[in-house]
Amino acid sequence: MNRRSLWEQIVQQLEMRHAELGMAVLQHIKLVAVSVGIAIVIGVTLGIAVSRFRRLEGPVIGTAGMLQTIPSLALLGFMIPLFGIGELPSIIALFLYSLLPIIRNTHTGIVSVDKSVIEAASGMGMTDTQILFRIQLPIAFPVIMAGVRTSTVINVGTATLAAFIGAGGLGDFIFLGISRSMDALVLIGAVPAALLALLLDFVLGRLERAVTPKGLKI
Amino acid sequence: MVVFDNVSKTYKNGFRSVKSLSFRVQRGEFLVLIGPSGCGKTTTLKMINRLIPHTEGTITVDGKDIAKQNVVELRRNIGYVIQQIGLFPHYTIEENIALVPALKGWDRKKIRQRVEELLHLVGLDPAVFARRYPKELSGGQQQRVGVARAMAADPELILMDEPFGALDPITREQLQDEFLRLQKEFRKTIIFVTHDMDEAIRMGDRIAILKDGELLQLDTPERLLTNPVHGFVEQFIGKNRIFQNPELLPVTEVMRSDPATISPHRSPERAISHMRQRHTDTLLCVDEQGRLLGIVSAYDLQGDAARIQSVGEIMQPADPILPLEATARDALVKISESRFGLIPVVDSQGKLTGVVTKGSLLTVLAGRWKEAEAGVGS
Repeated sequence: MNRRSLWEQIVQQLEMRHAELGMAVLQHIKLVAVSVGIAIVIGVTLGIAVSRFRRLEGPVIGTAGMLQTIPSLALLGFMIPLFGIGELPSIIALFLYSLLPIIRNTHTGIVSVDKSVIEAASGMGMTDTQILFRIQLPIAFPVIMAGVRTSTVINVGTATLAAFIGAGGLGDFIFLGISRSMDALVLIGAVPAALLALLLDFVLGRLERAVTPKGLKI
Repeated sequence: MVVFDNVSKTYKNGFRSVKSLSFRVQRGEFLVLIGPSGCGKTTTLKMINRLIPHTEGTITVDGKDIAKQNVVELRRNIGYVIQQIGLFPHYTIEENIALVPALKGWDRKKIRQRVEELLHLVGLDPAVFARRYPKELSGGQQQRVGVARAMAADPELILMDEPFGALDPITREQLQDEFLRLQKEFRKTIIFVTHDMDEAIRMGDRIAILKDGELLQLDTPERLLTNPVHGFVEQFIGKNRIFQNPELLPVTEVMRSDPATISPHRSPERAISHMRQRHTDTLLCVDEQGRLLGIVSAYDLQGDAARIQSVGEIMQPADPILPLEATARDALVKISESRFGLIPVVDSQGKLTGVVTKGSLLTVLAGRWKEAEAGVGS
């Protein structure tokens, strides 16, 4: 069996497992989308909080940064004693992993809004909430989106490791390929994962451009 | 309109940037706050819309204590223009100007009309500019929008913090002129911070000079220049400013008060001998009450002396003439259109009080110049 060429193996495996592959891709997207989705909600909120209350800056960004330094495989491993195996612990780990770029970019985006714009806004009688939602967040939007894109791309890669704690996804193929020494299976998992990362980055880029206020585009 | 009563600003570290400031600004008045950097002028301005809270004393706007008002309400009723302009980059020009009216809940149609009206006022064609974004405009155009935005909800009071300070000199002058024109039309109460004395003199009805948080003098530009009450004021204004600004010098300073006059009933011979005596070639005809009737020149006399009985017959109407309230600037402008090289100055009853000649103008202005040069040297 191993004497067949790599290409033939791939074709054969695809014939055998195409339904499985489709499911794995969907599962992979689900892991990424849910974890990044929660990270956006929580990360942007924390980013806003940090830019409002300077005292939170150190602890929040420090903690998120520390999470980022834990090797992804180790972080997934830590989840097992806490949440067991499967989808939930993987999503939690991936979520923690995506937080930092989103918090940091939200914070940076907000505090780098021109001071004179804020002064004019409050001088004309806008409330803090109005300034946040009508001025700061729209102007910071491209920077926040850059953080979301970074998180997403990293996450697609990291999510392949989630198979290790039984969350499925494209990682299943890679692990199977490694354990059976079948390069074809590794590729069937890895290539779609890479393509998925590129595709999501492209889609988010498009979305960013469509939503960015016209006056901010260069 | 705006009253400061013993207002101070003390920071937590004990630094007092404004020290018991008291003054009042009339409705429709253009007050300039000026002083060296760190004098507290911007702090004073920002205390009015509570961007910087004052710590002692009371500030009232339109009779109401600002500390007791809702801060958002207060600010929406006060126009605010800053040096860095601070237009919202993600809003169109139209949306930028519409901000305060929208916050106040005006209906769309009214806002749209108002925006269009304001763009016209500040000299920007709505058809061209309404849909553009701030970054597509030059600095001067952006600040025009800044001014329009401050005027949008038609506030009685407008605060301006060095609004033209970041513009190039030509644009700055253009905007100053246009703003003065708008101010003449709308008579808003304006409090304007600058560090540029020329701008202060040009724009202000009154100028407040601040130093180290204290008000040294608050007066009209004319009085500040002619009567500085403090050595610092004099130094800060600069002595030579007065003839850079001849509009600040009253015409009485540049006129001769004993013009050669003659009654229109006198004979031409008498007039000629009078001219010889006074070393002049023009006489001003006045009646018994001293009211100005016209001008007789030696040139006209020579031609017609044999033909006429009295100088009244060849007297020319006096034009231009200047009222007593005129300034040296008016004299400078009008002297070139005057046929005889002189301008009679008359009081409100038409009585002749003096005459401005090229000679008298030159003597006075040259004298001032010399004085100033000596002042700068010492």
